[in-house]
Amino acid sequence: MTDTRLTSANASTEVPLKRRLRRAERTRQVKALALVAPLLVFLLFTFAGPIAGMLWRAVDDREVRQVLPQTVAALANWDGKDLPDEKAYAALASDILAARAAGTVAIAAKRLNYALNGFRTILTSTARNLKAMPEPGTAKETLGKINPAWRERTTWTTIKNAGGPVTGFYLLAALDLTRNADGAIVAAPPDQAIYRDIFARTFLISLGVTALCLILGFPVAYLLATLPPGRSNLLMIFVLLPFWTSLLVRTCAWIVLLQSKGVVNDSLHWLGIIDEPLRLIYNRFGVCVAMTHVLLPFMILPLYSSMKAISPAYMRAAASLGAPPLTAFLRIYLPQTLPGVGAGSLLVFILALGYYITPALVGGAADQMISYFIALYTTETANWGLASALGAVLLLATVLLALVYGKLVQGQQVTGGMKN
Amino acid sequence: MEAGMVTPAPALVRFSGIQKTYDGENLVVKNLDLDIRKGEFITLLGPSGSGKTTTLMMLAGFEVPTHGEIYLADRPIKNVPPHRRDIGMVFQNYALFPHLTIAENIAFPLSVRKTSKADVQERVSAALRMIKMETMAQRRPGQLSGGQQQRVALARALVFNPQLVLMDEPLGALDKRLREQMQLEIKQLHETMGITIVYVTHDQSEALTMSDRIAVFNDGIVQQIDRPDALYEHPVNSFVAHFIGENNVLAGTVETIDKDYCRVALAGGGAVTARAVNVSGAGASTSLSVRPERVAIVRDGDAGEGPNRLPAKVQNTIYLGDHALAVLEVAGNGEFMVKLQPGAHHSLQPGEGVFITFRPEDCLALDPV
Repeated sequence: MTDTRLTSANASTEVPLKRRLRRAERTRQVKALALVAPLLVFLLFTFAGPIAGMLWRAVDDREVRQVLPQTVAALANWDGKDLPDEKAYAALASDILAARAAGTVAIAAKRLNYALNGFRTILTSTARNLKAMPEPGTAKETLGKINPAWRERTTWTTIKNAGGPVTGFYLLAALDLTRNADGAIVAAPPDQAIYRDIFARTFLISLGVTALCLILGFPVAYLLATLPPGRSNLLMIFVLLPFWTSLLVRTCAWIVLLQSKGVVNDSLHWLGIIDEPLRLIYNRFGVCVAMTHVLLPFMILPLYSSMKAISPAYMRAAASLGAPPLTAFLRIYLPQTLPGVGAGSLLVFILALGYYITPALVGGAADQMISYFIALYTTETANWGLASALGAVLLLATVLLALVYGKLVQGQQVTGGMKN
Repeated sequence: MEAGMVTPAPALVRFSGIQKTYDGENLVVKNLDLDIRKGEFITLLGPSGSGKTTTLMMLAGFEVPTHGEIYLADRPIKNVPPHRRDIGMVFQNYALFPHLTIAENIAFPLSVRKTSKADVQERVSAALRMIKMETMAQRRPGQLSGGQQQRVALARALVFNPQLVLMDEPLGALDKRLREQMQLEIKQLHETMGITIVYVTHDQSEALTMSDRIAVFNDGIVQQIDRPDALYEHPVNSFVAHFIGENNVLAGTVETIDKDYCRVALAGGGAVTARAVNVSGAGASTSLSVRPERVAIVRDGDAGEGPNRLPAKVQNTIYLGDHALAVLEVAGNGEFMVKLQPGAHHSLQPGEGVFITFRPEDCLALDPV
């Protein structure tokens, strides 16, 4: 026995402690990994994959390169100062003829039209009118005759800029920016510069809804945390009830309530408070009311859990030390609820940023949030690049917010940890 | 009762006919009349549910008496909210504000009183010096040990010079050694600062160590209020005799009463002479109370005839370091304890027959249990 013990002691000095720990933990880790594997695979396919795809599509730009490969190659060394040389015109003519045969002109036309309004006409008319490959040395003249746009530098810059394989075009467009003929980043023309306003509107509505949820949710959470268990359980069911109802049903219920011949307007009219029905829906008011209603539980629950952890002894201690109720609340109670306020606000704000159905159903044209436009570009105009770019900007904003919140909460835990 | 006090200080707190019920059916505090003198350390001692904490909470203002009035410095305070009572309080779990530093915690009662910044700083550092924690001013409560948190809670309750300090089982969460050290520290603070302290505990040794006077609570009634030594030596009833210190109980019936003493026939056979403290008359049943350290064990023929000499059988001996205990069977009581010198327990064999003797003045005839 003594011998075995001695040898094992020797072995332990030879194998480093860290490696032995790893070996001992390996089985446990493999088991744990096996347990989470199904979810991991599921998330990979339904969440991580699509997000990566979206981010890629926001910069992916290979349509023009595939349809007009020779032109893109010929323009690669063009300095962009004057019109390109005869070789580029010949490459374009050859590409267009090949594309017409393959029926792919529309693909390039659509992409180029995003960058320069009217490009679709230029390309399709050229494809229609170019009967055969021009004689060597006459390509420039032939194309210029078919469409004078080929004699303009902008037309060629547009093709060069759309040459891919990756582009910042969509991301710039999502921020109301564009490249001018010289390649410098400038503000987009006013008729295309709509996304900053939409982002601002999205953030404004989300902020308003978050504030409303906080104002309405704080007292409810306080009641939940302080009422005796029986009554607080009943109240909790009322808070959770919206969770068990479909989002669509709840939004439609607000239409019934708020429309001009709806329950609210009829009641006010019957009470003699108003003569004309108030405009309560299909505007900002309706959007905020419906979204606040839907998102309220996400505010109340984190608040409740942070308030539940605050011992009533703190308020008693504050009172015994001479603090009037309001002072005790502001200086002792409120600061301890801040982690809950932060968590609830961030949750509501991030969820509100992505809201689509509710604003689409109860909002007016000026109340549509960024998700509406993402959906529009995905399903109606099939401009996946722009839809992805808008999504990427939204994702970036959300991630930044989450990081800021994480920092805040971490600081709270380090400094405000309590034992009793 | 307070024969030792020459001129009692004026009452700072007066409970007058206080009753308290939570459910409208059972009184938690039944008709409490209690005077607390300025500068004294009074302990409310009793088992849980005896009404001592409720009494303290009524004084602090967190509970409202159902009936009666409380006076603080001759001012009725029943309708004064807690934050205007000027009473410092140390809570069971300290209730230090977790989001504030130690210095901010101690400064809290000063800052809500709109004390000037310089004054606050000065008094906070004085308080930190008092509890010897100057270096920890910027820490948070969660980073302190239980004993340190206790000190901070104490400093916070004292820093605004309240006319009264309440302590609700403040040492309950500490281990034994730390508890004993803190008992001495609190006692020392009380003596040097001359503050009035009302202290609640269920630990009788803590109460005996610290208090000027102890009010023993049971069943919503104050059983006895007295100095610690008087409570121990002269308990007025069986509950107090049993709750304070170790105690042997023998049941019996009073045969005759002669002034302060009575002759009691024991239920388990034999008769003893005892001090008649709480007996109604001849023929009444009574519980005799004898402290373990007031009993001597003698062998057959060892000592002369005394009035109290009972046969006993050794059950067991327990060695406790600084002393030893003999567990005897005396007059039907199988757990009769006798305190011995350490080492003396070696001479006693289980099953051995011996005799016990005790003086009549050390045996109290009290109400039957």
